[in-house]
Amino acid sequence: MNTNGAATSSAAAGGGGGSLAVTVDSSSAAKKNSKKPKYSKFTQQELPACKPILTPGLVITTFTIIGIIFIPIGLVSLSASEHVVEIVDRYDEVCASIHPNKVAYIQNSLTNKSCTRTLIVPKLMKSPVFIYYQLDNFYQNHRRYVKSRNDKQLRSKAAEFDTTSCEPEDKTSAGPIVPCGLIAWSLFNDTYGFSVKNKMLAVNKKNIAWDSDKEHKFGSDVYPKNFQSGGLIGGAKLNSSIPLSEQEDLIVWMRTAALPNFRKLYGRIEEDLQANDKITVIIQNNYNTYSFGGKKKLVLSTTSWIGGKNDFLGIAYITVGGLCLFLAVSFILLYIIKPRPLGDPSYLSWNRCPSGHPN
Amino acid sequence: MISGHPLHSSSESSSVVVHRRGASARNLPTFHSICPSVSFSSSTYDETETSCLKDQKEEGEETTLSAGATPRYPLEPLTSLACSASVLPSKQLFSSDARSSQQFSLECPTKNRGSRVSWGGSMELHDNNNTCTSFDISGGSSVLQDKLSKSRRVRNKSVDFDENLLYAENPRLIYINDPRRTNDKYEFTGNEIRTSKYTLITFLPKNLFIQFHRVAYLYFLAIAALNQLPPLAVFGRTVSLFPLLFVLCVTAIKDGYEDWRRHRSDRNENNREALVLQFGEFQLKKWKKIRAGEVVKIHADETIPCDMVLLGTSDPSGLAYIQTMNLDGESNLKTRYARQETVSSVFEGCNISGLIRCEQPNRNIYEFTANMEFNGQKFPLSQSNIVLRGCQLKNTDWIIGVVVYAGQETKAMLNSAISPAKRSKLESYMNRETLWLSVFLLVMCSVVALGMGLWLNRHKDKLDTLPYYRKRYQVNGKDNGKTYRYYGIPMETFFSFLSSIIVFQIMIPISLYITMELVRLGQSYFMIEDKHMYDSSSGSRFQCRSLNINEDLGQIRYVFSDKTGTLTENKMEFRKASVCGKNFGSSNLTDDLQHEHNIRDAADFRSRWKLKSEVSVDSSLFDLLHKDLVGDEKIAAHEFFLTLAACNTVIPIVSQDTSSGHRSSESWEDVDTIEYQGESPDEQALVSAASAYGYTLFERTSGHIVIDINGNKLRLDVLGLHEFDSVRKRMSVVIRFPDNSVKVLVKGADTTMLSILANDGERDDQIKRATQRHLIEYSSEGLRTLVVAARDLTDAELEQWQCRYEDASTSLIDRAAKLRQTAALVECNLNLLGATAIEDKLQDGVPEAIEALRQAGIKVWVLTGDKQETAISIGLSCKLLTVDMQQIIINGNSEEDCRNLLADAKTKYGLQSSNRKKQNLESRKNSEIGYLEIPDDTKSSSVPAVCVPLALIIDGNSLVYILEKDLESELFNIATSCRVVLCCRVAPLQKAGIVDLIKSRTDDMTLAIGDGANDVSMIQMADVGVGICGQEGRQAVMASDFAMGQFQFLKRLLLVHGHWNYQRVGYLVLYNFYRNAVFVLMLFWYILCTAFSTTSALTDWSSVFYSVIYTSIPTIVVGILDKDLSHRTLLQYPKLYGSGYRHEAYNMRLFWITMIDTLWQSLILFYVPLYVYKESSIDIWSMGSLWTIAVVVLVNIHLAMDIQRWVFITHVAVWGSIIITYACMVVLDSIPIFPNYWTIYHLAKSPTYWLTILLITIVALLPRFVVKVVHQIFWPSDIQIAREAERLRAS
Repeated sequence: MNTNGAATSSAAAGGGGGSLAVTVDSSSAAKKNSKKPKYSKFTQQELPACKPILTPGLVITTFTIIGIIFIPIGLVSLSASEHVVEIVDRYDEVCASIHPNKVAYIQNSLTNKSCTRTLIVPKLMKSPVFIYYQLDNFYQNHRRYVKSRNDKQLRSKAAEFDTTSCEPEDKTSAGPIVPCGLIAWSLFNDTYGFSVKNKMLAVNKKNIAWDSDKEHKFGSDVYPKNFQSGGLIGGAKLNSSIPLSEQEDLIVWMRTAALPNFRKLYGRIEEDLQANDKITVIIQNNYNTYSFGGKKKLVLSTTSWIGGKNDFLGIAYITVGGLCLFLAVSFILLYIIKPRPLGDPSYLSWNRCPSGHPN
Repeated sequence: MISGHPLHSSSESSSVVVHRRGASARNLPTFHSICPSVSFSSSTYDETETSCLKDQKEEGEETTLSAGATPRYPLEPLTSLACSASVLPSKQLFSSDARSSQQFSLECPTKNRGSRVSWGGSMELHDNNNTCTSFDISGGSSVLQDKLSKSRRVRNKSVDFDENLLYAENPRLIYINDPRRTNDKYEFTGNEIRTSKYTLITFLPKNLFIQFHRVAYLYFLAIAALNQLPPLAVFGRTVSLFPLLFVLCVTAIKDGYEDWRRHRSDRNENNREALVLQFGEFQLKKWKKIRAGEVVKIHADETIPCDMVLLGTSDPSGLAYIQTMNLDGESNLKTRYARQETVSSVFEGCNISGLIRCEQPNRNIYEFTANMEFNGQKFPLSQSNIVLRGCQLKNTDWIIGVVVYAGQETKAMLNSAISPAKRSKLESYMNRETLWLSVFLLVMCSVVALGMGLWLNRHKDKLDTLPYYRKRYQVNGKDNGKTYRYYGIPMETFFSFLSSIIVFQIMIPISLYITMELVRLGQSYFMIEDKHMYDSSSGSRFQCRSLNINEDLGQIRYVFSDKTGTLTENKMEFRKASVCGKNFGSSNLTDDLQHEHNIRDAADFRSRWKLKSEVSVDSSLFDLLHKDLVGDEKIAAHEFFLTLAACNTVIPIVSQDTSSGHRSSESWEDVDTIEYQGESPDEQALVSAASAYGYTLFERTSGHIVIDINGNKLRLDVLGLHEFDSVRKRMSVVIRFPDNSVKVLVKGADTTMLSILANDGERDDQIKRATQRHLIEYSSEGLRTLVVAARDLTDAELEQWQCRYEDASTSLIDRAAKLRQTAALVECNLNLLGATAIEDKLQDGVPEAIEALRQAGIKVWVLTGDKQETAISIGLSCKLLTVDMQQIIINGNSEEDCRNLLADAKTKYGLQSSNRKKQNLESRKNSEIGYLEIPDDTKSSSVPAVCVPLALIIDGNSLVYILEKDLESELFNIATSCRVVLCCRVAPLQKAGIVDLIKSRTDDMTLAIGDGANDVSMIQMADVGVGICGQEGRQAVMASDFAMGQFQFLKRLLLVHGHWNYQRVGYLVLYNFYRNAVFVLMLFWYILCTAFSTTSALTDWSSVFYSVIYTSIPTIVVGILDKDLSHRTLLQYPKLYGSGYRHEAYNMRLFWITMIDTLWQSLILFYVPLYVYKESSIDIWSMGSLWTIAVVVLVNIHLAMDIQRWVFITHVAVWGSIIITYACMVVLDSIPIFPNYWTIYHLAKSPTYWLTILLITIVALLPRFVVKVVHQIFWPSDIQIAREAERLRAS
């Protein structure tokens, strides 16, 4: 436009001084240019780009690759899970079976609550053998429960009086409860003693909690105070001469579980257990799960890289991998049976049915 | 035209209807000025499409012109107009001098006005029933206004109305040059303006108040407030406030910055200076200090600081020229004049004092009623006596005026209301789906609450001892035995409901509104930056004035376009001429050499005038003019151009050309530039053309004109001028040559000119026939034609005419008719000189753009104020109409007429009755309404009778009858079955009415595009308003949502950016629904595993960050940058646009599919980790951490799967968010105070964790991927095919 205008005007001016007219024009054009959008690939949305389209090749390759990766992973995990030896023994019913009123029995502090169970090792269990207790139907993830703790108080002596969010287990008339809150209050207090062939098995209860928790979340100068002194005893008592950072059972317990059926680490047996060994377990059955219908289980398990015994991951991977391979094959067939040339304009709706409607 | 139609709209419509019955059937829509009440109805001016200001100008002009011949003013005997109107004899009113009688009406004593409002319609108008065509129209538009009363425009009107009534009792008194007395009650504002919203002190409260007007923020606030209640504290208290504070801060900063800028511009404006009369002399004073009543002097080219009544000007007759560009967008000069009574005293310099009674401030810029007492005289003031703030003084050395309205009360400020925000269609659909989401939310919350209630009920006797519930204090202390946070089962259930609302709050995607705003901002940036939409000729960029409706651009079904200035450039160009039966100008200046040669020849003859605009010159005609031989042809050509130069009302403005230095090498020096200012662009073109051929008009005063003919100045006395009117359709001027010969020069439309030609001799006949042939030829090319003729007047004739003319032009009654009769005296027996053809040049690329739009399935309607013939010819030239089209022309003058015409058209072309039409519409809607086919094809499938494309041409007059009646639906049926609709002679409000017709009857999106003030109502009415920043200034732009330089950009705006924006926003909305719902559902499943206790496994911060940080950036980036197709493909296949109005990117079906997909994905998300970690020692925070990462990875991969165009930024955004999520987790897990301390480090060591995430991602997305692939194989969409084609072509 601009150049045209310049040409006309200079021509009309008699052809003379055309060059000057051009310079005038270009300077004004330059002035306008300041308002003109600066051209760049970014502003024009022309940046180099990858525009993937789902070509048959891409689709089939994707499925095949997923299949090829997933099936081996599934097999490996499955075999890892198979290698894990796990002994699960539910003892809450058995140990209380002789008492008609289980709740009264468990709440009576005077009765002898020891209970003996015999476990048979099915396969060789390489050390370390992890000892877990499993509670079922215990909603450690209940909101009231999860919130019922005070991390500041646990961490430092100075915050001893900080019992916010710990109600109704926050303080007694004697002062604040350390550690406060329902979680600490309901600390699990069954104990297990193991012996094989009348020989006691040492249970290592050290390092069952996360180091990070021990070092930073539970203070080494914080000692239990007024704990379990209320009218209602929730569970274990704590030795008030041991700082919280060394009360590992408490630390483990305070990492509340995600689901209502959960296991917690009790300790480790650092000896191999031979197949068909009979393990005698003397259980101090103290913890009250009877009042809410919970279950207690003792679990001995070895471990592998995927954790405990769980076939789900392996089976899922194999299934998905297989499904993907199947899809790959079906898509190959689909593309053979009903090929559609990509980007063929004759498939455009207005070309396909000129007078009709799409779909 | 903007809002003010004060007195008419409501009070008169009824009487007008009655009145029309008696109206004669004459179709004279432009004839508007005779009815006295018309003068205060600006809606009538709307009708004529020339604005009131133009009329005023003509009027003023006429005054000047006639002044020399017959000193006519001051119009002394100011009889009350009421009587003048009722005395008017009927029948003869259609005379040329409509304007003078209008002037009349404007000058009638304003006292009557207030009262006339009430009875004027019924009483006065009954008497002269044939003045009323115009009335009908104004009535029509006022009915239309009533119709539009849904819109708030009318509210303004009614406000004006009240104000006017108020004026009757409560005039504003202005004591000239006595501001103190004027404002003794301190009720008038000063001239300080304030457009800013806040001050430093009010900023915080006011800004917060405004921000909380948005529902989204209220929702945030309500949720945050709920969370503060002790039983409900789901999140930490500060955490829950974080999102709200974040948004508030961002918005406040943005608002603050904008306001600061407004403050700055206000300050600049307020500190400008003007000369104000202080202590007897003019001294500089800051604008903000100017008060009402002060006397201000303005010099040429200065901006007027406030609304002032003119007292005097540098012109002895009191004339002043102003440019109202800033006000109404019209760039031509308008005339204002000071009252003769005041002019003299101003000149004498004596003390000026007087009293002005004027109406209270209102926003009608086309009206001003007041009167003035001055030196004992009392006289009325009108619109033509006032200059408004924002105008510029041009071509006048100085003016002196008295301030009547200042500051916020000026008409300019009252008119600066921002156009109301529009809401996009997609957003309203989105709100519908949001309702569904709320239903989901409520269902989920009810499930949780119900579960909670049942659970509590089942465990109610154990609650005291249950280790994980423990409702009572059991400690030795004062609280012993009390319950803790337990309020009974019903209350607990209710609280559980509320707290689950808090947990699930993001189900309602409130952040989506903010995301969408950001996305639109980004989209607007790219639209503005698009170099293809930059108009280099005017240097104007594309502008996004509204940020809410970007995606609507992708769904337009109807485009309503103005013609002049929108389709055409509004630059008239002299194209061809037929002189003395010979056609010139058929060969355009293709031959440069020849042209050069001509110019060299011309050099000798050419004057030292240079035109602002250049006109191409036809060489042969030029030669003819400059040949030495004398002949008939030469004389005819000479007179032809003389007529072009003399017979007009154009004002030449001479200025020193600053850039003329380059010409000094040539023979001329001291080159002046002439710019022609005139009301009609056609006249400007003709005068410019005459100048190019050596007949330069360079001086015009009221009594004479001076024409420079090839260097010789010719002074011609103008004895009289008969202005153009729509009855005669011609104008004539009687001039006396220096040699005392008198000629009458006439130009006019061929229809009226050919009949008044002298008819003697073979040769004349021959010329006439040839000219007629040429005229047909020209008009078929879409050129506007005029016939030029002249004749000598004998002394006797002259004397007779002069006598009559003088009589007529000073006559107070019936002046128009008398003038018309007078004109008939001289406008006869004319010698045909020739004909001109002017091109209203189409803008570049208009036919292509229209064709593309039409292919895209968009219906283009043209609404123009032009007359039918012009409209049709333009329609042809811009390929809107094609020769094979059947034209249905509806131009009835009565309701009956229109009804018949419509019925005829229907039977003739076999259109369905409205019922069938409706069914058809219904069925079309069912089968994806508006499939790409052009309407006539779908028509042919349903009604075989119609196989030719139809074009509907309807004029404004008929629309008056149709739009207010039940005929509306008939019109709608016909119009929608036509391929093209052309509406000519439509008033601005009718334009809006037509848009409303479509808007109210279909769901289709409408777009209005226009450039002038007359398009404003249409632009505001349509779903999307586009303003062209062209010749006619900024009024349309101010009202528009988007503004651009040329019509042709519309193609790119809709087909490319509209498509992109729609696709992007459509996907964005669905994705955001999904993104939030999948997260909420995941939480929901978990809550079912926690005894319904609304525990969240995720940490508070993760929950808050999820939608704010973890997943928001990719959606924004994709919403701004993703492109399904390149602009080349989109322009190549305009039909791809159809996916927009077929709602393909966002609809109910897609919503439900997305929701099903969401359900599946959330189940996978929840249950895979559940099974993997079943009966393990995993703790709640590790699980939460896993879920957080899993959901973030999942939604990002989901997005990645749908991204169509990966640029660097997309990669950064998508993968970056996953990385940022990890980084945030690491940071959050490194703070010992949180219970989730160190979780991520533990997790990351375990392979199970990674395998779980991989498994979740793949399994969750597998169905979506398979469905997508299958869909693409078997049911490929057009977009997808085009995409494949594009991809494969490139590689």
